[in-house]
Amino acid sequence: MIRFDGVSKAFGATRALDGFSLAAGRGLVYGLIGPNGAGKTTAMSILATLLLPDAGTATVDGLNVVDRAAEVRGRIGYMPDFFGVYDGLRAGEYLEFFAAAHQIPVQRRPGLVKTLLELVNLPDKAGVYVDSLSRGMKQRLALARCLVHDPDVLILDEPASGLDPRARAEMKEIIRQLKRLDKTVLISSHILPELAEICDRVAIMEAGKLVVSGPVAEITAVSQGARRLCIEVLDRATELAGFLSTRPGVSEAHADGTAAGFFFSGDRKEQAALLQAVIEGGWSVVECGEVRRNLEEVFMAVTGEGGENIDGN
Amino acid sequence: MTEINPVLLKELRQRFRTDKTPWLLSLYLLVIGFFVLGFMYLNWRQLPGIFQPNSSHVLFVMLCITQLVLLGFVVPGLTASVISGERERQTLNVLLTTRLTTRQIIWSKLVSSCAFVVLLILATLPLYSIVFMSGGIAPGQVLGVFGFYLVTVFLFGSIGVTCSSFFKKTSVSTVTAYGLAFAFSAGTGFLAAFLYETSRANHVNWNPAAWTGFTAGVVEFLQHINPVFVLMEIMGEKGILTGVNFGLPGWGIYSIVCLAAGILLLRWSARLLRAK
Repeated sequence: MIRFDGVSKAFGATRALDGFSLAAGRGLVYGLIGPNGAGKTTAMSILATLLLPDAGTATVDGLNVVDRAAEVRGRIGYMPDFFGVYDGLRAGEYLEFFAAAHQIPVQRRPGLVKTLLELVNLPDKAGVYVDSLSRGMKQRLALARCLVHDPDVLILDEPASGLDPRARAEMKEIIRQLKRLDKTVLISSHILPELAEICDRVAIMEAGKLVVSGPVAEITAVSQGARRLCIEVLDRATELAGFLSTRPGVSEAHADGTAAGFFFSGDRKEQAALLQAVIEGGWSVVECGEVRRNLEEVFMAVTGEGGENIDGN
Repeated sequence: MTEINPVLLKELRQRFRTDKTPWLLSLYLLVIGFFVLGFMYLNWRQLPGIFQPNSSHVLFVMLCITQLVLLGFVVPGLTASVISGERERQTLNVLLTTRLTTRQIIWSKLVSSCAFVVLLILATLPLYSIVFMSGGIAPGQVLGVFGFYLVTVFLFGSIGVTCSSFFKKTSVSTVTAYGLAFAFSAGTGFLAAFLYETSRANHVNWNPAAWTGFTAGVVEFLQHINPVFVLMEIMGEKGILTGVNFGLPGWGIYSIVCLAAGILLLRWSARLLRAK
């Protein structure tokens, strides 16, 4: 559905994208992650036909975004990271304007506007001036605007940026609903736990390149190397940490309250042997399990120092 | 049935919903009315009710010049923000991802701004009626002046739209559009007068009717593309006399130049909006 093949783009001496490749199939929610300047917005702008790639090709549904830009525009809905609304237009008129701009027949527009406003939970706002809506409402209206021509692909650049928790939850729910409608969604966000919740796959970018991509669970597992384990005991946790640090395959063992956390590079059989040794050592084990790293930790790990920038837009 | 261009409809809807529009219209009429009615009062207070065709003609010239000056202020101001304003409001990228072509966007922006300017011109019709009823003016002259305004508005509007597409900031775009409109309106006239005076100073027996050659051609052309000279010509006044004849009346050359320049500028503007 969406494909980047070795796409490069430079702005003067700055290489915003450097041989970037990515493919996302129909009905997938694909998250783009990266620090500021990683090239996420540039990649999205190329797909939205707003920028021309210097090298490589980008396609939507097999259509080249350069040669067949007009057709591509009929298949995508684009929501930029920063966007404004028109003063002096009501929400219904705003959507009707974009419906007309996408050549939707006049007779279909009133029903379409009503359906879209219901989809984004703004059913009673059709007659309200757009500039008087709250930021969250404007974001949802912008999402409705993206859907006005029923595109197969949605390109959402930081759709939850600047929203309060409630508005973010609503936005998340709408994106889930879009997935159920079999839309392909390419989404970037700096709120990584949220991306992990809604995305089928994620791609981590840095300096215009793709660092790693795949399903969220796979990425977190692959990037870990050594697994992080935690053994909770009734008492003597500090002593347990000392014991663990003497065992093969264990590193960075430390006590944390009634538990001992550590990295373990052995396989499952060796893990079972380690647990057996702990029990035989006299510790009363309450629980033993693997601590999964979240997407943010993975992001920090794979992007190194660049990951420190992941705090804003 | 052909549907009205959505950008044009939106622009007109937005423009006529704001409080600014009636205020601007009122201010425009107030300024132009003050000049014209004030001039009438000063001129005719001595001999009220007496038919004075010469005086009426002067009044007509004054009304037309005042209108031209006001249009020179209003049109670049209105059009110099149409694209840069969208860019500043961060609505342009969204608009560019619709099925509308950049050419459609540019033309509809120009037409919506010009529609408002035409409304301003039409609103001054009662003033023209007062002057017209006093005599001394042919109906053809009034129509010619209105045609001249339309052509001038088109060129000034195209300059404004092009500046707006070229410059990212509305402030820079507006200043440049005013500068270019002024250079076109005043610069060509000053240059024509300057060339004429320097040529005349170099000749002992000056006969303007026999003055031909490159400089004479340039002076003739400059006054045919200068709005003030062309307006005066439409109203039956004489400009700078030369021996050059292009085979077309001044307003004809003016219209061709304005329309051609305007179309080229708009095509360039549409190109500026395309993906880079």
